[in-house]
Amino acid sequence: MKLFNWFSEEKKDYPEFWLTYIEGFKSKFNEDIKNTRFIAFDTETTGFDFNEDRVLSIGAVSFIDKKIEVNKSLEIYIQQDVFNPETVKIHGLLKNSKVEKLSELEALKAFLAYIKNDVLVAHHANFDRKMIDKMLERHGLGKLRNKFIDTGHLYKKSVHQIYKDDDLPYSLDELAKELNVPLVDRHTATGDALITALVFLKTLARLDKRKHLNWGYLLPK
Amino acid sequence: MKNSIAERVLDFLIKYPPFNLLNTKDLYEISKEVSIIYLEKGDVLFEKGDPAKSDFYMVRNGGVKLLHSTGDNTQEIINISDAGDVFGIRPLIAKENYKLSASANEESIVYAIPIDIFTSVTKNNASINKFLITAFATNAYDPYTTEVSGKIFVDYLPNSAHDIVNFQSANYTKNPVTCHVGSSLKDAAIKMRNHKIGCIIVIDDEEKPVGIITNSDIKNKIATGEFPIETPVSNIMSAPVISCKKGLTVADGQLLMIKHHIGHLCITKDGTVNTKLVGVLTHHDVLATLGNNPTVILKEIKRANRTKKLRAARLKANSLLKNYLEQNIPVGHIVKVITQINDAVTVRAIEIALKKMPTNPPVKFSWIALGSQGRKEQILFTDQDNAIIFEDVHEDQYEATQTYFLELAKLVTKSLNKVGFEYCEADMMASNPKWCMSISQWKGQFENWIYTPDEKAILLASIFFDFSPIYGEDTLAESLTETIYKALDQTSLFFKYLARDAIKYPSPLGFFKKFAVEKSAEQKDLFNIKNRTMMPLVDAARVLTLQQHIKGINNTPERYEQLAVLDPNNKALYHSCAYAFKALSKFKTKQGLLHNDSGKFIDIASLSKEEELKLRRCLKPVHDIQEILKIRFDLKNFM
Repeated sequence: MKLFNWFSEEKKDYPEFWLTYIEGFKSKFNEDIKNTRFIAFDTETTGFDFNEDRVLSIGAVSFIDKKIEVNKSLEIYIQQDVFNPETVKIHGLLKNSKVEKLSELEALKAFLAYIKNDVLVAHHANFDRKMIDKMLERHGLGKLRNKFIDTGHLYKKSVHQIYKDDDLPYSLDELAKELNVPLVDRHTATGDALITALVFLKTLARLDKRKHLNWGYLLPK
Repeated sequence: MKNSIAERVLDFLIKYPPFNLLNTKDLYEISKEVSIIYLEKGDVLFEKGDPAKSDFYMVRNGGVKLLHSTGDNTQEIINISDAGDVFGIRPLIAKENYKLSASANEESIVYAIPIDIFTSVTKNNASINKFLITAFATNAYDPYTTEVSGKIFVDYLPNSAHDIVNFQSANYTKNPVTCHVGSSLKDAAIKMRNHKIGCIIVIDDEEKPVGIITNSDIKNKIATGEFPIETPVSNIMSAPVISCKKGLTVADGQLLMIKHHIGHLCITKDGTVNTKLVGVLTHHDVLATLGNNPTVILKEIKRANRTKKLRAARLKANSLLKNYLEQNIPVGHIVKVITQINDAVTVRAIEIALKKMPTNPPVKFSWIALGSQGRKEQILFTDQDNAIIFEDVHEDQYEATQTYFLELAKLVTKSLNKVGFEYCEADMMASNPKWCMSISQWKGQFENWIYTPDEKAILLASIFFDFSPIYGEDTLAESLTETIYKALDQTSLFFKYLARDAIKYPSPLGFFKKFAVEKSAEQKDLFNIKNRTMMPLVDAARVLTLQQHIKGINNTPERYEQLAVLDPNNKALYHSCAYAFKALSKFKTKQGLLHNDSGKFIDIASLSKEEELKLRRCLKPVHDIQEILKIRFDLKNFM
């Protein structure tokens, strides 16, 4: 009975888009990697403080079986009151630029509708995940429920056993260089999302050769 | 909504035809609808006979090969599309099935461009239409069209493989070396020497070809004393020259040469001697295009000034290999020829890379091949395994020196990858700081492996102990070999480790005399011929030769032949090991050519009874040599 109440409460308070998002996770998880929709995404922020700083832009590309469709990419710019001139030189997003901007809530709505219940891929994923979770929290919503893959972790795993003990910090730049991914539009959310997607696909290809391609290996426990 | 990715796609497309004929607004409409596809080496985009898809393709990074398959299950590479090349468009416009297959020649990224949006955007564009009409005007394969259209319609070709070669446009030398009609023979000869060429074209003030001087002209007219060496070239040259238009086919070129008993054709602007010289087609060029001859291939490799040309030359070696196997030429000979070709490719790749470096190497160095290339057993394209040894330098110079050689190695490995040698999965390449060191560091590294062996050391030893110098200062590699043998004299533990590793795969014949096939899901019922039969033979040969102090022989069959001389008691076994190894190499190569892979896995079910028996006969020596190792290195209590 209590459980039932909790559910009905949820239905009352949460906005429609959040309920739709949650609903997606009730269906069974797609087991076949080849047919899985992956979403590589990146955020540009005003800084690294989860409480003080804000997300300025979210970029994402989606792909199924190594194919990224350009017209199905996501590029959101967000109106924020927090502004930090220090990070402008990294991402180049000005406070009053002409580009069309959404409110945080609108941005979340668009992002959740885009990612659905699919697998998220990000470089140093914890940061982007927490940034989005904080955004959700500010609007009284729960945390992201998607499965996450961190390209940094994954690449480290794919390294040959001979070099296993080398403790290198794998930055996105280093990986892209190592895997021969063209570095265009670095430090824009969509540009980094595309680079992350290619880094992920190339790492997957290396794993596949050694027959490691399964969910247990890809997803951290 | 802003779409930055579409903008970046546009930035790339706009650089190449036919997209450079479009305005930015239209092109942006196309760019938005593009898909970005990632391909692993060998991934197939479309296959011959498939119905036309809704997209055509442009290579963004890497290379995609277009293959023409013939009735007897063989495939011939028609073209390799590189960055900026468009392919797979004609079937879409002509609404027909694909005539060629396309698969990734290396790891690649391609753009898939929907034909619908392309045609709707371009339908009122006169220059694009003209471009398309030109390409469709002739149904035959017209080499001239290929040239102007930037290879766009290369995916339509006549049916027989023979025709393809003969009617291919001849690949002539552009910007040939020339001398003015007024210069002296001595100057001309110096020019020929500097460019390492056998002939020079004599031109007049308007760059029209008036004559030609070849090595034999110099031999016949100067060396005999007929003319002094300062004589004007006009006294020596053969004139007039035979000229023709560019775009002439290989077959036509050959006919002209036979008709006039000459070895060189001058290509001029309008095909007559009255216009500017634009190139030279030599008999060698004709042979090279037709070329299934190791000498021609080697020459072509030595002349290649870009990786692309190097790749074209190396690809010819594969069809040569096919012919050799069909003609039952001994494997030993085949391996020697291919090894020579592979080594030449590496040397040339290093030379090209050295030219790209801002300065000369700070000290002498040796480029060494490891693994199968080091053992001179590489037949098909395999992974690259290589390293650099450089001379000792002062401590404060070390980092700068290593950085230089790492940069060099990066260029070389990149170009070898483009040619077809995949990057080593375990990164055992000279571009890795671990495998690009000074001679003292290398000596220390080997001593470390030998004195304190562990799993890792043995794993590496199996690759690094088979090194052979390919380029540069051979003495560096020799001094390393000496250090290794000195160290080996101090220890016996290392041999035990090596021998134990050599018997880690027990004889592959199971209890019921069935092959032990692989258990993993994907390679089900496949027999790993490399790991189960060849590597045990390679590993056994290595440990035995190291023990016998045999220097300078890396090749496995040759090692066994040498062991047979030094250890006559087991002569028969060594001979059968050498024989088995060669037979297995042939098996693997044939399988590799059939499936366009390394040939590592064999589908036992697909073998004929005779082949299966042959394969089985090769397994006995594997078993016997492992027994010898067990006894000789006393491994019973060391397992």
